[in-house]
Amino acid sequence: METEILARIQFAFTVAFHYIYPPLSIGLGLLMVIFESLYIRTKNQEYHTLARFWTKIFALTFGIGVVTGIVMEFEFGTNWAVYSRYVGDVFGSALAAEGIFAFALESGFLGVLLFGWNRVKPWVHLVSTIGVFLGSMFSAIWIVVANSWQQTPAGFHIVGEGFDARAEITDFWAMVFNPSSVDRLTHVWLGAFLAGAFLVMSVHAYYLLKNKHVSISKRAFKIALAVATIFSLGQLFTGHRSAEGVAENQPAKLAAFEGHFEANAPADMYLVGWVDKENKSVSGLKIPGGLSFLLHYDPETPVTGLDAFPEDEIPGQVNAVFQFYHLMVTIGMLLIGLTLLASFYWWRGKLFKQRWLLKIFVFAAILPQLANQLGWFSAEMGRQPWVVYGLLRTSDAFSQAVTDNQILFSLILFFIVYALLFFLFIYLLNKKIVKGPYSDEEAENRPFTKEISENFTSS
Amino acid sequence: MMETLFGLDYPTWWYLVIGGLFSGYAILDGFDFGAGAWHLFFKKEKSRRIALNAVGPVWDGNEVWLVIGGGALFAGFPVMYATFFSALYVPFMLFLLFIIFRAIAIEFRGKEPMQWWKNLWDVSYSVSSIMLAFLLGVVLGNLLQGIAVGPKYLYQGSGFFEFLNPYALLVGATTLSLFMAHGAIYLLLKTEGRLFAKLTILLKKAMIVFMVLFGVTTLYTLLYIPHLSDDFSEHPILFLVPLLVFLSIANVPRLAAKRRFKLAFFFTSLTIAFSLVLVAVELYPTLLISTVAPEHSIDIYEAAASSKSLEIMLTIVAIGTPLVLGYTIFVYRTFKGKVKLDETSY
Ligand code: HDD
Ligand code: HEM
Ligand code: HEM
Repeated sequence: METEILARIQFAFTVAFHYIYPPLSIGLGLLMVIFESLYIRTKNQEYHTLARFWTKIFALTFGIGVVTGIVMEFEFGTNWAVYSRYVGDVFGSALAAEGIFAFALESGFLGVLLFGWNRVKPWVHLVSTIGVFLGSMFSAIWIVVANSWQQTPAGFHIVGEGFDARAEITDFWAMVFNPSSVDRLTHVWLGAFLAGAFLVMSVHAYYLLKNKHVSISKRAFKIALAVATIFSLGQLFTGHRSAEGVAENQPAKLAAFEGHFEANAPADMYLVGWVDKENKSVSGLKIPGGLSFLLHYDPETPVTGLDAFPEDEIPGQVNAVFQFYHLMVTIGMLLIGLTLLASFYWWRGKLFKQRWLLKIFVFAAILPQLANQLGWFSAEMGRQPWVVYGLLRTSDAFSQAVTDNQILFSLILFFIVYALLFFLFIYLLNKKIVKGPYSDEEAENRPFTKEISENFTSS
Repeated sequence: MMETLFGLDYPTWWYLVIGGLFSGYAILDGFDFGAGAWHLFFKKEKSRRIALNAVGPVWDGNEVWLVIGGGALFAGFPVMYATFFSALYVPFMLFLLFIIFRAIAIEFRGKEPMQWWKNLWDVSYSVSSIMLAFLLGVVLGNLLQGIAVGPKYLYQGSGFFEFLNPYALLVGATTLSLFMAHGAIYLLLKTEGRLFAKLTILLKKAMIVFMVLFGVTTLYTLLYIPHLSDDFSEHPILFLVPLLVFLSIANVPRLAAKRRFKLAFFFTSLTIAFSLVLVAVELYPTLLISTVAPEHSIDIYEAAASSKSLEIMLTIVAIGTPLVLGYTIFVYRTFKGKVKLDETSY
């Protein structure tokens, strides 16, 4: 029991930390591709400066994403041995495809993206940027497919019994296109684009408020705003699709999202609320029949509730799942409101006079990050007590060979190291922002010849 | 009935794929760790920067081989992946820790001008490079020697530090010295002037240390690890493999003296590859030797994923490998030649 809890805490902690960075890399990747393409089309130097500036910040998020990702990959084997044996046959192929198609593509072109500005032609550089961006999109595909498979398994059969039971793949494409993968993948992608776009808006809003780099910041802000507006609206749509999928495939999870207990009754939707699992009640502000309406377009249609399941087949932390889910949706609505408002001012040509709005945007970068984390926490905690939905319990899945002391040791280690990583990340991010987008240009005018000739004589 | 492809069954194919991936990984991250291990031997700021920037554009790509190798092991031999990784929990966690420290050192060293800041990251970079090379060897040593796997794949070993046994330490040290020789040659390809001169001397030292350690390890294996040498007494032709290791390393000093470093680099790469071939031959078809009882050893057939799964993955590898090779070559060509520091450098 102890070991299980520790292993779960360690996994949740390390993956949540990892997930701070990939969404930023994916989202910034999209904006870098846009900036650089615009530069090649218009030859406007400002786009070039923007692309270079954001590439530097991208390098930071990418670097941390990679090292924390390697931790994740090892952790399946070290901490979840039983699970790894169980699912290896099925989602091993997804992970292998991820390595070969995605990570190799990304890191192959990364060198050119970061260090190749002066070495390759502009269009070759653009191709590299696109390569890195596509690579990061692909990584999301395979890992979300793997995770979706454990939410809604498909394309497999079980061989062996008891301890030896394993899932074996029968149909690759049925595994890849399992019932939840497309909805969740699009939702995850858009969440990543939002994380990137809001960071870009935040930094440039800050410059605008400080009256620095004004022209370039207006350009960048507008582009990021367009991206953010489209995708925050899109997020409502993909999120809704996901919810429909959850209702169909993981009814206990959906019931936990909305704190719906009665086995078969019309379900309400809460705007805010608090779940009392003991007494099976929710107090808060609700739209009666709201959930029934969203799922079936009729407030009277019954929805399966938690009582329809045995006690040991529903998530342990119903209130937490409820809160996380509701916070994500609230943030989603907030993002829509913010971007629509800003777009309205943009249309009226008064966007950059709204200093109060720019101030909000400086801080809003945290919102998509929060929503991304909350989304995963609700999806993953809502899946409990199953590690593979309906097939393998989390309590059976961890490594029997590892002792709680060992996990405690590694957990503390990760805690310290990640705290340090996070501190350095914030520090360096801040430093790059303070230095501003033009620091490169100055450096470029400095002659290197002297520096290089010195190299030859030093040791 | 086991399905086959060109006369070899799928698990054997996958064994070869993984062997190839880990050899590729050892060759690439090998020079990268090796170069890092020398870092504190360079005293001047410029030298350290040059040495760091020699691996700057490639280290991340090199690490991808580990990611792919790990993924391939998970996918192809899930039983091995799960059992081995959970049994060697502590060394793997330490390995991850040093991977992180090394990466952040590369990333952060140049970000502040203060001397203490640079020194701090130099130490972090060098120590983690050394520890990573060493731990890889330690893991390899444990693999060769076998671990205490009991029934139901349950690891029966005890204690935090069981992985640190004499044989593993020996293999760890050997690996470190080989990587350091390999890394020195890589740096020789990338540097000029005094730094270059210094490296030629360091290379010689590393070569000598490696040859001694390799000899000792081989003897130790023959004397104390009988299950490995059995294969050899049955098939004496296998003695060719250690011979090849010796021959390829023996070439290096001569080539280095003639300053033909590209060729020398090729031969240290071969040395690494042949050493791993040696490991693969000694083990096959076993993956993990149980020191508890032979029937608990795990062989490739027991560990393998289903034929269907292996078939899918072999297809993925067949499509992916040419792509990966293509852009790897592209990147190395873009950055070929001596290091030039510019504003994008670390
Ligand atoms: C392909 C697999 C996979 C992927 C892509 C993710 N997870 Fe996950 N997650 C697991 C596979 C998994 C798991 C191995 O299956 C765990 C470990 C214990 C468990 O119940 O499921 C898990 C547990 C788990 C828990 C603990 C739940 C609990 O114990 O109550 C949290 C909070 C997260 N994950 C969060 C995340 C986040 C923030 C992710 C975004 C990057 C994420 N997961 C992606
Ligand atoms: C448990 C789940 C996960 C595992 C095992 C995992 C594994 C990894 C590994 C091994 C790397 C390093 C690759 C390299 O060396 O280049 C990595 C980086 C990355 N991962 Fe994850 N990952 C997980 C979750 C996710 C999720 C959910 C996403 C996306 C939505 C994601 C997206 C990325 C991206 C884009 C990178 C490249 C580095 C970056 O952009 O930060 N990962 N991951
Ligand atoms: C606008 C209203 C939103 C709705 C209705 C919604 C709905 C959902 C649902 C139902 C799930 C669970 C899917 C599952 O368990 O299979 C989910 C998960 C998730 N959500 Fe949202 N969401 C919304 C907004 C957002 C926003 C704004 C973000 C981030 C910027 C976000 C990021 C995520 C993430 C990362 C996950 C976990 C991955 C997944 O399961 O798809 N969501 N969302």
